[in-house]
Amino acid sequence: MRVPTWIRQHVAALRALLVLTAVTGVLYPLAVFGVARLPGLRDQADGSLVSAHGRTVGSTSIGQSFTDADGNPLRQYFQSRPSAAGDGYDPTATSASNLGPEDVVDTLPDPALTAAGEDDDNARRSLLTQVCARSRAVGELEGVDGARPFCTTGGVGAVLAVFGTRAPDGTVPHPTRVVSVNEQRGAVAAPFLREYRGVRVELAVHGADYARGLVVPVRGAAPADPAVPADAVTASGSGLDPDISPAYAALQVPRVARERGVPAARVRALVADATSGRSLGFMGEPRVNVLKLNLALDARYPYRGRP
Amino acid sequence: MGPTLAGVLFIGSLVAVLALVYRPFGDYMHRVYDGTRSNRVERGIYRLIGVDPAKEQTWGVYARSVLAFSVVGILVLYGLQRLQDRLLLSLGFAPVKPDGAWNTAVSFVTNTNWQSYSGESTMGHLTQMAGLAVQNFVSAAVGMAVAVALVRGFARRRTDRLGNFWVDLVRGTLRILLPVAFVAAVALVAGGLVENFWDARDHVVTTVAGGRQAITGGPVASQEAIKELGTNGGGFYNANSAHPFENGTPWTNWIEIFLILVIPFSLPRMFGRMVGQKRQGLAIVSVMAVLAVASVVLTQVFQLMHHGTVPTAIGASMEGLETRFGVSNSGAFASATTLTSTGAVDSFHDSYTSLGGMMTLFNMMLGEVAPGGVGSGLYGMLVLAVITVFVAGLMVGRTPEYLGKKIGSREIKFASMYFLITPILVLTGSAVAVASGWGRDGMLNGGPHGLSEILYAYTSASNNNGSAFAGLAVGSVPYNVSLGLCMALGRFLPIVFVLALAGSLARQGAVPESDGTLPTHRPQFVGLVVGVTFVLVALTFLPALALGPLAEGIH
Repeated sequence: MRVPTWIRQHVAALRALLVLTAVTGVLYPLAVFGVARLPGLRDQADGSLVSAHGRTVGSTSIGQSFTDADGNPLRQYFQSRPSAAGDGYDPTATSASNLGPEDVVDTLPDPALTAAGEDDDNARRSLLTQVCARSRAVGELEGVDGARPFCTTGGVGAVLAVFGTRAPDGTVPHPTRVVSVNEQRGAVAAPFLREYRGVRVELAVHGADYARGLVVPVRGAAPADPAVPADAVTASGSGLDPDISPAYAALQVPRVARERGVPAARVRALVADATSGRSLGFMGEPRVNVLKLNLALDARYPYRGRP
Repeated sequence: MGPTLAGVLFIGSLVAVLALVYRPFGDYMHRVYDGTRSNRVERGIYRLIGVDPAKEQTWGVYARSVLAFSVVGILVLYGLQRLQDRLLLSLGFAPVKPDGAWNTAVSFVTNTNWQSYSGESTMGHLTQMAGLAVQNFVSAAVGMAVAVALVRGFARRRTDRLGNFWVDLVRGTLRILLPVAFVAAVALVAGGLVENFWDARDHVVTTVAGGRQAITGGPVASQEAIKELGTNGGGFYNANSAHPFENGTPWTNWIEIFLILVIPFSLPRMFGRMVGQKRQGLAIVSVMAVLAVASVVLTQVFQLMHHGTVPTAIGASMEGLETRFGVSNSGAFASATTLTSTGAVDSFHDSYTSLGGMMTLFNMMLGEVAPGGVGSGLYGMLVLAVITVFVAGLMVGRTPEYLGKKIGSREIKFASMYFLITPILVLTGSAVAVASGWGRDGMLNGGPHGLSEILYAYTSASNNNGSAFAGLAVGSVPYNVSLGLCMALGRFLPIVFVLALAGSLARQGAVPESDGTLPTHRPQFVGLVVGVTFVLVALTFLPALALGPLAEGIH
């Protein structure tokens, strides 16, 4: 019996796939695995683990949260960046926030739920508000000004919905109504701006539809290079970023030194030890490994409770 | 050293090393595909497959071999995902759902590596290494084989034979991809990538602050190397090359970008050698380089100027970026991954500045020809060169020729159909999704950015890129099915047209050069191809871009 050509072709294809699977899907990873057992490679291949007091506490490649069970920062430790991986630094749910550069309008929570102490699952904080809130929180923690462009002093995005007839250039020269969309009535006493082009600014109400208004973010007077560095207010790509910028580390030095009752200069020396420059002098950015730094702190200047 | 100078050096060093390997690596690939001798391992493999390596194929048989191999690849990969719970190293994961398994099988076989799943919580180690990573190798080898067949069409005279697909597939895998990937994988381990077979459930540590953290191991370095070298892009983890276990240091980042670009930028040398005129290869690589450099510069400018509301509030376009890479190097990776058909990411394009994000989208809309995917970049660019000589021929009223071959109505039909497929898929797919409830439900961001997310998804799938504006939730059945269709049609229809074009070119004799022949190795031609590429793409996609990233980025 003659086998039709198309069947022979598919049988050849299946055989080819199986042979190439054996070579590239089994032999190749096993060969790499074998070489990776060599000294000098083995530690990295096994996840660059670190121990303290005889137990493994993590990987120097993978960032960790240094917060208590409620998510509040442990003041004796350097803090990592915000993370969008699960509940924070969860390697089984790596992720970025994926929020866009003009994501500036919040979906406000139902005040009834807020009053009952519950979270509203339909509420959503825009990227701008997240940045503003983090900046304010870090500013408070480190004792510096957390102000940023386009942020209210209350730590939400300073964004107006401006109603009225639009001019040909897209602006609304004579607004009829203006709402501060991220500031909720009941949660905020007064809007960040009293008047906009002669119209009183209202606070936002849960459930109201402001989509017809023109979205106008308000720059405000904050400096273009705020005291709180960029990496402190943004989530990383992986949600597992093990590093912070030298600027963010420097900002945290006084607090950590104070909490541990040691001179800031000693802490600064440990920061320097945990700092890597650019690879070969020009690749990447200088950075401070937070886990290494905190382990060095615990080893040299153990925390004995608040002084 | 300032960050700007460091960023320039980072990109400059990549350009320099790519220029350095262009000749030797291109010549090596030429020897691989042009040689007639098989080594002992290869002869054994041909016996196992049951093919005669000396027997060359017509374009039709070549195309049917490609399709048969791909269909079998999709079925096997689908089966592997559906049965993974009964196989070794499943890590306790359930079988992948049918729509997700279909999407992922098509995705990896078409060299797209679009991911509607999260690796660390979906795929067992065996599925990753013996399923997904195998397709990383062979889908890249298929792309190169098709490119080589097209080049043979230009190089050969009066024949109906284009080579043997099985030989091209095996040689590309064993002689080009495997050795480079092996060396690269070992280097990447040195940079902190993991290579083990851990079950994360057995590696949960108590952190310094007292929390629990699972250390998710796996055969990552071996998969990472071929993922970049084969311009595949499917991450072992959800965070892809932003994950420290996939890309641990700034220098592994450099290596990964280099791996992405090295084959696509060296293939024109192989092309020049095969057609017997190295300067023709130089012209093609120049077109790729001009487009790539322009795109890289614009992306860097947009990202570093960080125009826009949230980037201004932050003070840098740092959302979705890793500290160790920073803005400039992340932007370089984003350019490389979208100028090729890779789709790996070391930072998240959805959070880029409006115009920086638009550049990643635009790179894919260019058809991924600058330098494009492994193999697919070269054949895409050669089709554009054919269209360019046709346009030039219309201007002066002569029958166009390219490399001594007449570009008649048959050839230009194949070239045009090749070009039209992706815009049709991209624009139809996006339109249907935006018009449907299921499509809009997937959007994370509102307004123009939500449209950009959908447009990006269909552009990425149809061009076989695989990167995403990842806020879009694409795990639903309609997204899995429709994006899977776009990936399959966007891969295989162009391949069939390219092979048909190759068959029709190979049958011709050589047209002697005359005074009226347009020289295709001079800067004038380079400029023409750049112009034609840009105009075709701009005319096709400008309206869609105006509604998405341009509406968002220009106030």
